[in-house]
Amino acid sequence: MKEILNLKNVAVEYDRHGRKVRAVAGVDLTLNSGEILGLVGESGCGKSTLGKAIVGILRPITGEIVFDRQKVKKLTRGKRPEHFRNLQMVFQDPYGSLNPRRKIGVQIADGLIVAGMSKKLALVKAADLLEKVGLPRNAVDRFAHQFSGGQRQRISIARALAASPTAIIADEPISALDTSSQAQVANLLVNLVDEFDMGMVFISHDLSIVRRISDRVAVMYLGKIVEVGTVDQIWNNPSHPYTRALISAIPHADGTSFMPKDLPGDVPNPMSPPSGCRFHPRCPLAKAECASNEPELRKLADGRDVSCVLQTAGSQPVTITLN
Amino acid sequence: MNLLTVENLTVTLATGSGDAQAVRNLSFNVGHGEILGIAGESGSGKTMTALSMLGLLPYKGKASGSIKFDGREILASTKREYRDIRGKEIAMIFQDPMTSLHPMLTVEVQLTEHLRHHRKVSKAAARNSALELLATVKIPEPASALSAHPSQFSGGMRQRIAIAMALACEPKLLIADEPTTALDVTVQAGILKLLHQLRKDRNLSVMVITHDLGVLSSLTDRIMIMYAGSEVESGATSDLLQNPRHPYTKGLIAALPGNSEVNSKNLLSIDGMPPELGNFPSGCAFHTRCKFAKASCKETVPEVLNLSSDHRIFCPVNPFSELSNSGSK
Repeated sequence: MKEILNLKNVAVEYDRHGRKVRAVAGVDLTLNSGEILGLVGESGCGKSTLGKAIVGILRPITGEIVFDRQKVKKLTRGKRPEHFRNLQMVFQDPYGSLNPRRKIGVQIADGLIVAGMSKKLALVKAADLLEKVGLPRNAVDRFAHQFSGGQRQRISIARALAASPTAIIADEPISALDTSSQAQVANLLVNLVDEFDMGMVFISHDLSIVRRISDRVAVMYLGKIVEVGTVDQIWNNPSHPYTRALISAIPHADGTSFMPKDLPGDVPNPMSPPSGCRFHPRCPLAKAECASNEPELRKLADGRDVSCVLQTAGSQPVTITLN
Repeated sequence: MNLLTVENLTVTLATGSGDAQAVRNLSFNVGHGEILGIAGESGSGKTMTALSMLGLLPYKGKASGSIKFDGREILASTKREYRDIRGKEIAMIFQDPMTSLHPMLTVEVQLTEHLRHHRKVSKAAARNSALELLATVKIPEPASALSAHPSQFSGGMRQRIAIAMALACEPKLLIADEPTTALDVTVQAGILKLLHQLRKDRNLSVMVITHDLGVLSSLTDRIMIMYAGSEVESGATSDLLQNPRHPYTKGLIAALPGNSEVNSKNLLSIDGMPPELGNFPSGCAFHTRCKFAKASCKETVPEVLNLSSDHRIFCPVNPFSELSNSGSK
């Protein structure tokens, strides 16, 4: 397994009416090839912003993002450096991310033509790619509106595949789809990662799907990673109170009238994040020190990273129970 | 007696290529204080069923059959009669609380409008009721919330305000169309808890429409599964989720991420796509995707098959009957 993506202390700021909003506030993360890394958190936690920064749509104000040993730079009007063609993104909304007035084939072929392929050959390759994602070859001559949401998302995936990516950032790729299409598209992504030995960051708010398809999971809260570990570690023994709260809030579709637990309060405004641990105002286990000291990520004995004072570096995780 | 009894409801919509039936021969009921869940994928007719109860079908939309609410027929109501039903007898909340609240009006104006219209109460009395409502739905500092605009609240708080609005005139039935789909799980859990509480405190009947079986599991007493405008299966929540009998329900439940085979990243999925309005297959609409389908499924619209007093399917093949019988012995 080879490290394909490395983030060090990445921070991204937006400008809102002259005030700075730090949507991502110092994130360290790695992605290996052949791996799906689930990135979860409530809306407004900065997970999409982080995804955009990784591919170069947004410029981080501090820190660096290294893709395949080279530093990612912000996209400009000019040609994207050859090297980063292998870093691709799939967006949430399959309606907004395809051009309604151009044929599907041409849209997929764009990437290939830019890379120097002849137009004729590129269209043949586009049909191959459509087949790869489970659509008929003749879809090249059709338009986006002739497809359902699930099919459009397949087209977006085919377009990303055109660049033979080694890493894909998928931002809520199945959230806008129906139940039966969700499973189909999720399976497609899993199989592609396997087949091409790609790395994938799977950004989603749907924890049950993340649990199923990811190898590792990173939990984000208000611009910071609070816990990263394997799926089993995160699910069976979450070591951060926020991770525990997220998991306890998922309803179980088993007919046992299980009542999910809510986490009172809202995600605070990132314009004025709380002092100390960002989660402390909502944390049922917060201590006095949490209001002033910001906990660093610490590595536990089982290999996961967590930022919570209840856990000690190098020790086994302490079980977190919320009432 | 049931609060709501729907019989043979058929909703016809005008599409670009002629009339199409979005809801076909649907019959169901909701008891007093009962929470019924209606599940199905987009285009299965869930929302049209709800809108037909409020006389809110889209332009040129027609409903036939019978909708009896609290003992009287409301399907043939005039526009004026529907105005008296909406908000007062049956209220509805929608998926996106940002678009269902008016962005330019204060919470007070929106919360008191119903009361002033239906109950003809004074401004001060309406304001007091609004304060109580906000406290009921657990909005912190109700007094300052009244003078705020919707944009000043988070998604979860906005949905709580929308629920408060719906409750203003103490309706007997609340229709909730994907009430938590736009919300985070942590916030969703709070809304589910609130709906439970309201049912308990006010004996409110609720009809929840969602595609999320997890939400239905924790919230509802009974579930009806719809496909292509028709019911395919209905039953008590625990019975239906633990012992689904229609191939479509079975497929939906198997496709849940938690139910796929252990140690496999692949999710089980139902092949194909839900049919589009105007293109519903003949006979049993699911036959095109059903691996148990027989030749007759293409021709004949399935009759109801009662498995017990409160569990029924619309599938003549009933492929899981032996399976579950042997399982229960």
